[in-house]
Amino acid sequence: MTTPDEKKDAAQAVNTAAQSSSETALEAAAQGERTPLDVVSVREGMFGVAGTGDTSGFGGLVSTVAMPGASERPYGGWFDQVVDILAELLDASGTGYDAAVESVVVDRGELTLNIAREHLVEVTRHLRDDQDLRFELSLGVSGAHYPHDTGRELHAVYHLTSITHGRRLRLEVAVPDSDPTIPTTVDVYPANDWHERETWDFFGIVFTGRDDLARIQMPDDWPGHPQRKDYPLGGIPVEYKGATVPPADQRRQYK
Amino acid sequence: MTTQTHATGHLFDAETEGLSTYEATGGDWSDIAEEAARLGEQRIVVNMGPQHPSTHGVLRLMLEIDGETVTEARAGIGYLHTGIEKNMEFRTWTQGVTFCTRMDYLAPLFQETAYCLGTERLLGITDDIPERATQIRVLMMELNRVGSHLVALATGGNELGATTLMTIGFTAREEILRVFELITGLRMNHAYVRPGGVAQDIPAGALDQIREAITGVKRYLRQLEDLMLGQPILKGRLQEVGVLNLASCMALGITGPMLRSTGLPYDVRKAAPYCGYETYDFDVPVSDNADCWDRMVLRIEECYQSMKIVDQVLERLKASTGSPVMVEDKKIAWPAQLALGSDGMGNSLDHIREIMGTSMEALIHHFKLVTEGFRVPAGQVWQTVEHPRGELGVHLISDGGTKPYRAHFRDPSFNNLQAVSMLCEGGQVADVVCAVASIDPVLGGVDR
Repeated sequence: MTTPDEKKDAAQAVNTAAQSSSETALEAAAQGERTPLDVVSVREGMFGVAGTGDTSGFGGLVSTVAMPGASERPYGGWFDQVVDILAELLDASGTGYDAAVESVVVDRGELTLNIAREHLVEVTRHLRDDQDLRFELSLGVSGAHYPHDTGRELHAVYHLTSITHGRRLRLEVAVPDSDPTIPTTVDVYPANDWHERETWDFFGIVFTGRDDLARIQMPDDWPGHPQRKDYPLGGIPVEYKGATVPPADQRRQYK
Repeated sequence: MTTQTHATGHLFDAETEGLSTYEATGGDWSDIAEEAARLGEQRIVVNMGPQHPSTHGVLRLMLEIDGETVTEARAGIGYLHTGIEKNMEFRTWTQGVTFCTRMDYLAPLFQETAYCLGTERLLGITDDIPERATQIRVLMMELNRVGSHLVALATGGNELGATTLMTIGFTAREEILRVFELITGLRMNHAYVRPGGVAQDIPAGALDQIREAITGVKRYLRQLEDLMLGQPILKGRLQEVGVLNLASCMALGITGPMLRSTGLPYDVRKAAPYCGYETYDFDVPVSDNADCWDRMVLRIEECYQSMKIVDQVLERLKASTGSPVMVEDKKIAWPAQLALGSDGMGNSLDHIREIMGTSMEALIHHFKLVTEGFRVPAGQVWQTVEHPRGELGVHLISDGGTKPYRAHFRDPSFNNLQAVSMLCEGGQVADVVCAVASIDPVLGGVDR
């Protein structure tokens, strides 16, 4: 028989083991081919933990949720060239590359530039206008909500295409939930008009510098922003052959 | 409720004497009326749609007209918003296909394929997808492109009053829908393309039936051409109407036939090939006039190019008969292919016999994969495909779980509808119908 105390100790030991194993996994990832990761959140639950033998759930399994982190040079292919030209332009204009570009992420063959919001418009202007960059086609803005990423909860993601050079890149701007404002890029890419309205509608990111930021999909008087993670999916329980099926977001589910 | 004197008297004033009359007041109508009175102009604001037969679905157009001239045009959307993207966050990666197929209901296989290509890149299994699965995807997409363009021509014609265009177009599309029904079991909402491959192999005899269908479609397409291309009324309605030049298209992010009608041969199949499109021989038709007529002609030409690809892919499918259509990794591939029974497409009885009768491990594996799904490494991808209406982009974010953390679809019609103001303002009210038909928006995709 184990006492409750012993049980608790055992649980903690497994917990620490799980954490340290995920840490070693992160270190291994950092040394290996994969890029280091940005930890977004840590989850506890019974299923979905890799790297530890404990599948009983007894210890309260812990899994780390991490996104691909900043990459080091060389980024490979044309990525270096584009970043170099952008750095040159930003330094020449007095903004400074380090002030505008927070980090560069290369993952799965795609280039992502994390941009500080106050310099977003300038960056897009350089990307569009410089003859060696020429990202003339904007394929819109989409949002993402990371409630656990404190201070960077809301992300706006811009997808740019260069038809001239056959390249694609992504700009990502992260803002805190307490001050969700990003300057509008409609002056540079008029195509982003409806996309920004949609991102406002779904995530509550306020695009400043335009006076027509209205909801586009939801009714004008709709409360809340439906794509945020704290907004429920909605739905009602359905009875089928005597059993009651709860709505999709309230069902027991794997984490 | 107010009792007021009408500007025009009732036909039978005597009979209605003493009864209440009702007038539209309140809300912002009085503001609009006051402003109109103050400006002293004959300015009329007309709501065209969302329930209007010629707005191509539940699209609402707010037109400000001066006589027959449209002075301001704004599009209102959102009437078909069903929260598909949000729903996808609560289902497994495989179940996501059944949601995104319902977005643009005229081109369901493009959403499916784009979503699956994105998922496969997140999984890092792009190179493991069997060649035959990719061929089937190309076949389905190109047939779907023809079907979608036929509806564009048919409804476009119908909206102008040419009902025969509609009947011929839809009859031709029927040939393609029959092929879809044969292969996927359904005429729409297929959920046929799955992460890792396709749901099941094409049935025996399908290749011959597709050849027959293509012959039929070509015959109908010739009929459409005979009806349309020499038709002076249609030319009068469409030529030099709804012009949008290259600079405007680039600024507004317009892609697809609308962009190609300005002379720029931008096609994702050529610019950033996926599914092995670089190995097929086809052209990207372009023209220079950038008007409604050119867009219509381009759609006809694209149908022929698509059928040219179908001819090539049929040869390849003939050669690859019997090869797998799903990735080998049993942790991702669906446990069993579906089977065609006497009552339609459904579970494979052989598979059920195996998991229920012979192998407990197979049952556990089936249960885990179907209820829990597979885990996708954290990260994000952006995958685009050439949709009949333009460039369809899929932005997928995974947090390492069994469900998408975020799935965003950049629908081409959503973006292209932004051009309504530029296409319509300054033209006639009747031209609005032509202009909207030439954008060919599908509101299921616009609103998602």
